Amino acid sequence: MSQNEHTLNDSHGHVHRDDVGARMGMWLFLFTELLLFGGMFLVYAVYRFQYPDQFHLAATELNTGIGALNTIILLTSSLTVVLSITALQKKNKLLSVLLLVITILLALFFMANKYVEWSTKIAHGIYPGSEVLLAKQNGEILFFGLYYVMTGLHALHIIIGVIILAFMVVFILKDVITHDNYVKLENGGLYWHLVDLIWIFLFPLFYLIQ
Amino acid sequence: MSDGKTVATEKSFYEEGTTKSPKGIKSWIFSTDHKRIGILYLCSIATFFVVGAILGILMRLELIAPGRTIMDAQTYNQTFTLHGVIMIFLFIVPGLPAIFGNFFLPIHIGAKDVAFPRLNLLSWWIYITGAFLALLAITMPGGPVDTGWTFYIPYSVRSTTNVSWAIFAAFVLGFSSILTGINFITTVHRMRAPGMTYFKMPLFVWSTYATAWIQVIATPIIAITILLLIIERFFGVGIFDPALGGDPILYQHLFWIYSHPAVYIMILPAMGVVSEIIPTFSRRTIFGYKAIAYSSLAIAFVGYLVWAHHMFTSGISDTARIIFSLLTFIVALPSGVKIFNWVATMYKGSIDPKPPFLWVMAFIFLFSIGGLTGLVLGSLATDIHLHDTYFVVAHFHYVMFGGTGTIFIAALFYWWPKMFGRMYNIKLANYTVVLYFIAFNTLYFPKFIMGYMGMPRRYYDYLSEFTTLQFISTIGSWLMAVAIFLIIWNLVRSLKTGRIAHANPWGGVTLEWQIASPPPLENFHEVPVITHEPYDFSQLKEMDYESK
Amino acid sequence: MSHENEKHENHSTGYGLYIIVWLALLGLTSITVTIAGIDLGSYTLFVALTIAAIKSYLVISIFMHIKYEDPIFKVFILISVLTLAVIFLLTYFDIIYR
Repeated sequence: MSQNEHTLNDSHGHVHRDDVGARMGMWLFLFTELLLFGGMFLVYAVYRFQYPDQFHLAATELNTGIGALNTIILLTSSLTVVLSITALQKKNKLLSVLLLVITILLALFFMANKYVEWSTKIAHGIYPGSEVLLAKQNGEILFFGLYYVMTGLHALHIIIGVIILAFMVVFILKDVITHDNYVKLENGGLYWHLVDLIWIFLFPLFYLIQ
Repeated sequence: MSDGKTVATEKSFYEEGTTKSPKGIKSWIFSTDHKRIGILYLCSIATFFVVGAILGILMRLELIAPGRTIMDAQTYNQTFTLHGVIMIFLFIVPGLPAIFGNFFLPIHIGAKDVAFPRLNLLSWWIYITGAFLALLAITMPGGPVDTGWTFYIPYSVRSTTNVSWAIFAAFVLGFSSILTGINFITTVHRMRAPGMTYFKMPLFVWSTYATAWIQVIATPIIAITILLLIIERFFGVGIFDPALGGDPILYQHLFWIYSHPAVYIMILPAMGVVSEIIPTFSRRTIFGYKAIAYSSLAIAFVGYLVWAHHMFTSGISDTARIIFSLLTFIVALPSGVKIFNWVATMYKGSIDPKPPFLWVMAFIFLFSIGGLTGLVLGSLATDIHLHDTYFVVAHFHYVMFGGTGTIFIAALFYWWPKMFGRMYNIKLANYTVVLYFIAFNTLYFPKFIMGYMGMPRRYYDYLSEFTTLQFISTIGSWLMAVAIFLIIWNLVRSLKTGRIAHANPWGGVTLEWQIASPPPLENFHEVPVITHEPYDFSQLKEMDYESK
Repeated sequence: MSHENEKHENHSTGYGLYIIVWLALLGLTSITVTIAGIDLGSYTLFVALTIAAIKSYLVISIFMHIKYEDPIFKVFILISVLTLAVIFLLTYFDIIYR
């Protein structure tokens, strides 16, 4: 049931699936994500240029420890995803599933940290439209606006990634994804690495500018 | 889709589908056949074109005389916003790639479908969802949007009309555009038939390929801009609103970073169609094949470098204005390369002036006017005078309607016999081209003059000095309505009464003319092996083509 | 063009390479956190972004297998990154000189 990858004929009329084509499609999709976040990074860059001091001031409110921890979590989850593909290539189905489950758990751990982080901010009265925030300077309002939007949109991508990886687990268990047909898992992994890539830039730009 | 067997059959794709039953509505809206999806797009996009055209005619009617004629000022604002949103997001951006790209790109490269057929169907569904959301934005309490199609900050944050819904519709439509782009790029790279090297691809494929790249790379920028605007409206997050320290000009930057390349999404496929039609009706191989192919890529790239020429009077820095003005002139080069090559193709050709060719002639004239007036707007000094006047309105209607719109019609008349297997009334089509050409210039040329005299765009009312020219323009809109009616009538009627079209009514040599009209389900009974250059008319003998 | 639809080559990187890359990524993270504590003046941002770029390179080429992929993929990445860079550059011509 090769539904995602298309089939095509070569000159001998033999049916092929096109894994390279499937990955090409995925990469093209990743570029749209890159440009999507790129647009936000542009907004960030412009405002940071316009309000450098206020951005530094606002960033002192962020918790570098949680940020660094989340970075380590995401880097590790990227590792477990790529190991999961290798495990499957080596026909070790169980290890592959196990590594994917670890990835999902790490993602949930990331989200728990994010929850703690956001709820602390909100408890301090810093959220869009709050009186505490509106009393601050323009640059700080913009910083927190971007902080919520960019990390929020990133968190949304984490959630989508978790759903995708959960499907991959099911597919492996049901032998839809096998050691000689695993392009779906590769594409799911590519998506997950993208989420990691974005965080690699979000982390220094928000948490490390005190 | 099927398991990849090509079964020799005489059935066309109308009689054989990818769904269980080849008939009925379900066999269309759930079909993954690229040809059926192309026709789905044709039906939906043509519908929105008619709606947009009616709105335009109503606007012209309002402007026939100074003061209130048929609607109040607020309704007028909403009418021109809707006209813009529908024409741009629902008609002209998806128009050529989604209809003719879908139908002919796989055939042109000898493939039996696009790379991701189910994604292709999904992108049509997303298009329809976006259109439905746009409809909601019109009908829901709050009223249709009145911001203009550019949704400039800060008014778009303050307006109480359904801005969020309308821009969300644009967001969803963007997704559809992205998926189509991804599909086409992958198809061109992975699905070409044996022997179909990159430089044997028809030029329509080249230009659609370049377009697909813009769709993939540029559309996310408008998506995020829209998303930020929605978030700003719903949660009061400070991003662009100057009251919260934001920079409204930054919004304009982001908007035009997409919307300028989007202009090339609109025009590039049209240029591709022109490069198909001219060799076919000149019986001569295209002049400067590689130059045209490369110029498509060049336009796609340079298109990213010029966006701020929409913002010369908005308060951007002088340095930026000079740089963007200079870069704008560079865009004229690849466009000029194309025009000269097309004209050179006709030189010493054996020209057969059938309707598609006549539409292309109209295109070259109208598009040249549009392109040259673009340079007038691209130079800083003249732009200060002409910015946001009717001159701009005239310019982009000459480029978009006179350019892409005309070629949309040309493509319909060129490929109609292939898509539906029926021939329309050629004599009537010839007369329609003449009427269309007159109507177009009556409708839009006075706007150049009015703009030069200082008539601002989007105004509900005007000074009495403009009355005569406004009146002429409105007359033009009625002539245009007749021309559009004749086009639709001629084509639709041919479905019932037109004579049966054979496989190659024009004497074309690209692959679509080598298969039956309408094509069979998987296009080719056996995978074609390409040995000829794309516009090698010596093939006509092998193809047993007899000119009448 | 007859693409022989070669299966994705089983580039026989074992688990080892990935773990080395992961360790390198963690190392770079700790460097960037440490450096952020030191005041480098206007170089702070530059250093932080350079480290982020190195990390991205590792992730893209090894974890995302670009190293083993058809060369056209590298061209694609170049196109996208170049476009993004151009957009930043041209916007900055306005912002800096305004």
